[in-house]
Amino acid sequence: MLEKVLKGNKVYWGWLAILLALMAVGAVCYGKQLVNGLTITGMSRDVSWGFYIAQFTFLVGVAASAVMMVIPKYLHDYKAYGKILIFGEFNAVAMVCLCLMFIIADLGSPQRLMNIIIHPTPNSMLFWDMIVLNGYLLINIFVGWITLQAYRKEVAPPQWIKFFIYLSIPWAVSIHTVTAFLYCGLPGRGYWMDAILASRFLASAFAAGPAFLIILLYIVKATTSFDPGKEALKSLGKTIAYAMSINLFLVLCEVFTVNYSNIPSHLHHWHYLFFGDGVLVPWMWTSMSMCFVGVLILIVPSNRESDNMLIFGCLFVFIGAWIDKGLGMIGGGFVPNALMEITEYVPTQLELGVALGIYAAGFLILTMLTKIAVGVKLEVGE
Amino acid sequence: MKNTRRKFLKVAGLAVLGWSMRPASRLMAAHGAQSAEGLFMASKHGAPKHGEGLHAGRWIMLIDTNKLTPAIEQKCINACHTNHNVPDIETKQNIKWIWAEPLHNVFPEQMHENIPGGTERTTLVLCNHCTNPPCVRVCPTKATFQREDGIVMMDFHRCIGCRYCMAACPYGSRSFNFMDPRPHIKDAIPEFPTRTKGVVEKCEFCSERLAEGKLPYCVEVSEGAMMFGDLEDPESEVRKVLASRYSIRRKPELGTEPGVYYLI
Ligand code: SF4
Ligand code: SF4
Repeated sequence: MLEKVLKGNKVYWGWLAILLALMAVGAVCYGKQLVNGLTITGMSRDVSWGFYIAQFTFLVGVAASAVMMVIPKYLHDYKAYGKILIFGEFNAVAMVCLCLMFIIADLGSPQRLMNIIIHPTPNSMLFWDMIVLNGYLLINIFVGWITLQAYRKEVAPPQWIKFFIYLSIPWAVSIHTVTAFLYCGLPGRGYWMDAILASRFLASAFAAGPAFLIILLYIVKATTSFDPGKEALKSLGKTIAYAMSINLFLVLCEVFTVNYSNIPSHLHHWHYLFFGDGVLVPWMWTSMSMCFVGVLILIVPSNRESDNMLIFGCLFVFIGAWIDKGLGMIGGGFVPNALMEITEYVPTQLELGVALGIYAAGFLILTMLTKIAVGVKLEVGE
Repeated sequence: MKNTRRKFLKVAGLAVLGWSMRPASRLMAAHGAQSAEGLFMASKHGAPKHGEGLHAGRWIMLIDTNKLTPAIEQKCINACHTNHNVPDIETKQNIKWIWAEPLHNVFPEQMHENIPGGTERTTLVLCNHCTNPPCVRVCPTKATFQREDGIVMMDFHRCIGCRYCMAACPYGSRSFNFMDPRPHIKDAIPEFPTRTKGVVEKCEFCSERLAEGKLPYCVEVSEGAMMFGDLEDPESEVRKVLASRYSIRRKPELGTEPGVYYLI
């Protein structure tokens, strides 16, 4: 099936060329980081994690969201997802690769990466994150590949693959849960120390992930003759509306608890993010409004019928969730710092350059996997 | 210091072989292979109990907030930073092992503005060498570890620079080498290792001095404003002071059990 990535039209090759160029830019920036250290980033003693770790956190969610199709398809026999499930699985593969690249980019001493394996430390959540992420990567490569191959040969996939498919359901939940546990188990970080953080992460991921997938499928539809089927896209839109509503509800729960209890160590972070003159204030309001508008659009059934409205709703939800997790979650956690001082964090150009290169690499993987999936689907004649 | 590190590596190696499920609090006394780490608890490692040097069941530090003056504070900071090759970096990517902070920043939830002298008054802050150190709990490589005598140490050769420990420390005690520190050290002391870019560092309670039978640098130059001793020895000076004066610790509600006490 791999040969499918070698055949494509001008648009395909042009897109790959753009991605490769961006990867080259990223490589140059990363080279600078390797030589000079993380000093090329905007991070500091007080805000010691930044854009990289935030992207990782967000993308874990996008990866986990494949489960929003696996559950209906395999537990409820919802046939409409049968056709597009492979895209969810391959998307998960690309997103986990992105996560791993972002973690490595964030390491101060990447040459010692293997120390995590040489000196396994189960009391560290990072150890478990490594296990669940790599496990999820393997499960999705495996399941995606086997089912696609069976599909191509027009036979039923082997019965034992079901085991891995069912396994992928709790496993998907685990990757985002463990990622939340990285943060919410830390004493003294009031913004993160909160038992509903994992549920919030999952809810916003189950909105942002399918939103991304819908946009991806519309792009596939526009650039190839493959039709994902309106029914499936509409249903995914419904999932997004509910998941994002739950996320907003959970945010409101937190807003109430934090404000009504009035405990400074929790309150300060919210005030920094939403009031005052911090750099993130406009972003956070934009994020919340976009999520809210996205829900308003997608919750109305007739809007989900219309391609344009569906795409709009997805864009709003996706960008809103990205700002919330990809910018606010990390910045808000570190500011104010342990001594109640405010140190602002703004990523530098080089830092964004590295991130851009990583994103390009992830999208390269996504493009090629999607190409394979579309190629097989069209070959069999869907 | 080199010696302790080597010993630690040996102990860690053996501990991996005989991984123990016992919680750290019930660990056996540290004698080579007998020291093991709990699977779900912070790992603990033996500190030299015999031979030369100072030994304790649990090292703690007392800081007398009334005796400290800005001048003494600066002396302490200089003594520590020059002798530990701490680079002098002016940006917010700076490195600090010990530094001065206003009281209301040090004790954000324990102070009110009407205390004698006001809360703008500064005091010294450094790593608290917590009994339950969150930094050790989260480190994915055991590059930061706790000795049996309570000192929380760093293995600069093992740290991968993930900075998880910095997120976990509720006191902001840790610094990261965002850049190569060496160009920023004026006169490097050959006796103490310089660090490389990409690793985390912090105060180590002058473990290298204790091994030589000396007290930490800051204590030595503090003109009596700081004390150092064994919490587990009822006859020790620090225990006597704790019994006679009112003392507080930073963020006690977090359960970290800091080993640095502030006399008020
Ligand atoms: S003060 Fe911070 S760095 Fe020091 S032992 Fe406690 S948690 Fe670790
Ligand atoms: S930065 Fe180093 S010491 Fe800190 S948690 Fe990571 S590996 Fe451990």
